[in-house]
Amino acid sequence: MYDIKAIYEANSVEEAVTLLMAHPKAKIIAGGSDVLIQMREGRLAGSELVSIYGIDALRGVSMDDDGTLRILPLTSFSHITRDPLINKYIKVLGEAVDMVGGPQIRNIGTIGGNVSNGVTSADSASTLTAYEAVMEYTGPEGVRRVPIKDHYISAGKTALTHEELLTAILIPKESYENCFGHYIKYAMRNAMDIATTGCSVNVVLSDDKKMIERARIGYGVAGPIPMRAYSAEAAAKGKSVSNETVMEFANAALNDVNPRTSWRATKEFRVQLAHELAKRALTQAIILAGGEL
Amino acid sequence: MQTKIIKCTINGIPTTTVVDVRASLTDMLRNDYRLTSVKKGCEVGECGACNVIIDGECYNSCIYLAVWAEGKSIRTLESLLGPNGELSDIQQAFVDEAAVQCGFCTPGFIMSAVEILESGKLYTREELKKLLSGHLCRCTGYENILNAVEKTMKKRLGV
Repeated sequence: MYDIKAIYEANSVEEAVTLLMAHPKAKIIAGGSDVLIQMREGRLAGSELVSIYGIDALRGVSMDDDGTLRILPLTSFSHITRDPLINKYIKVLGEAVDMVGGPQIRNIGTIGGNVSNGVTSADSASTLTAYEAVMEYTGPEGVRRVPIKDHYISAGKTALTHEELLTAILIPKESYENCFGHYIKYAMRNAMDIATTGCSVNVVLSDDKKMIERARIGYGVAGPIPMRAYSAEAAAKGKSVSNETVMEFANAALNDVNPRTSWRATKEFRVQLAHELAKRALTQAIILAGGEL
Repeated sequence: MQTKIIKCTINGIPTTTVVDVRASLTDMLRNDYRLTSVKKGCEVGECGACNVIIDGECYNSCIYLAVWAEGKSIRTLESLLGPNGELSDIQQAFVDEAAVQCGFCTPGFIMSAVEILESGKLYTREELKKLLSGHLCRCTGYENILNAVEKTMKKRLGV
């Protein structure tokens, strides 16, 4: 038995918004692999819940007419990993969410929940940050789009208002086209663990594979919210594909990261990880894109 | 107390249950149906002892609300027994390989094994380790569990 004050089940997005307006203290529950645990721990004990888990219209991955990849928020991690569009256009996202928890968690956990809780260690967050995903919120005023960099406000806090819910994660065509990415999760165990630090790098190489046209890097747990390392990106842009460029990229990343000491790891160790993971992830992304090092 | 009527299929039998909305699926399966193979371990989705198959996929029933079971088909370890209580091949393999010591994790492991076996795919040992990584066992050291699943998989596939 959970210490739930009341549960309101929504069958559509409109119904969810109406229920959130009617219950100003209610929390949204999707798959529940965060909310129910926090309820068990006591942090959310006695809460009212608006369950959106039954809204099947919020499941799946599709492509808009302009080529934008539309990931619906209730898609489970395991379904993201198996999805043909994800595998074709943003394979790294499927690989990243395949590192969340264990198999049963990946069946219940949703990608929307992973980014709506505002947690920096979320395995999908660094890749979505590095791909400049656009969040689509739906609330009483209708739909609005928020770039992922503005979605995250502070640890555990997003730009979603109480009456809004995330209704899509969009990856623009110019973001995924010709782009190859790699994610590395550093954790103590291979399963059922949370990232000490996570790093997702993606690159677009020139036609001859000799030059980096664009490199983007997103970190989880290198700061209070998932973040890009713009200095690193600038250090690699337009440079030749070489080990020197990879090293300059990793060195520059240290200008941007701001990790803290927690019970999982010290600040010093996380800084070292930020450097090492940037190097390894960029190397792997270059290889995936057809470059040679 | 807020309640809801839930219609779902449990081990092939259509059921109607009045559930307390605060109940987990573990609570419902154990308390209303006495399906005690569904163990209460950590109750926060980490140990896998409460694992059941819902519409073909494995879930930790401790972090699955009973109200979400509406319209779903749920399978527990009890569904594997033959009409006279005979063990299925995967259960027998756990016995033969000494993959059971205290037995608390066993039903959860076996239901994950069922999903693996029913996929009809041949997995490597490393892949099996990942597919079974959502379960904790404090007795066996996992090797015999992996042996039981691997041998049954190969036997079913005839390799």
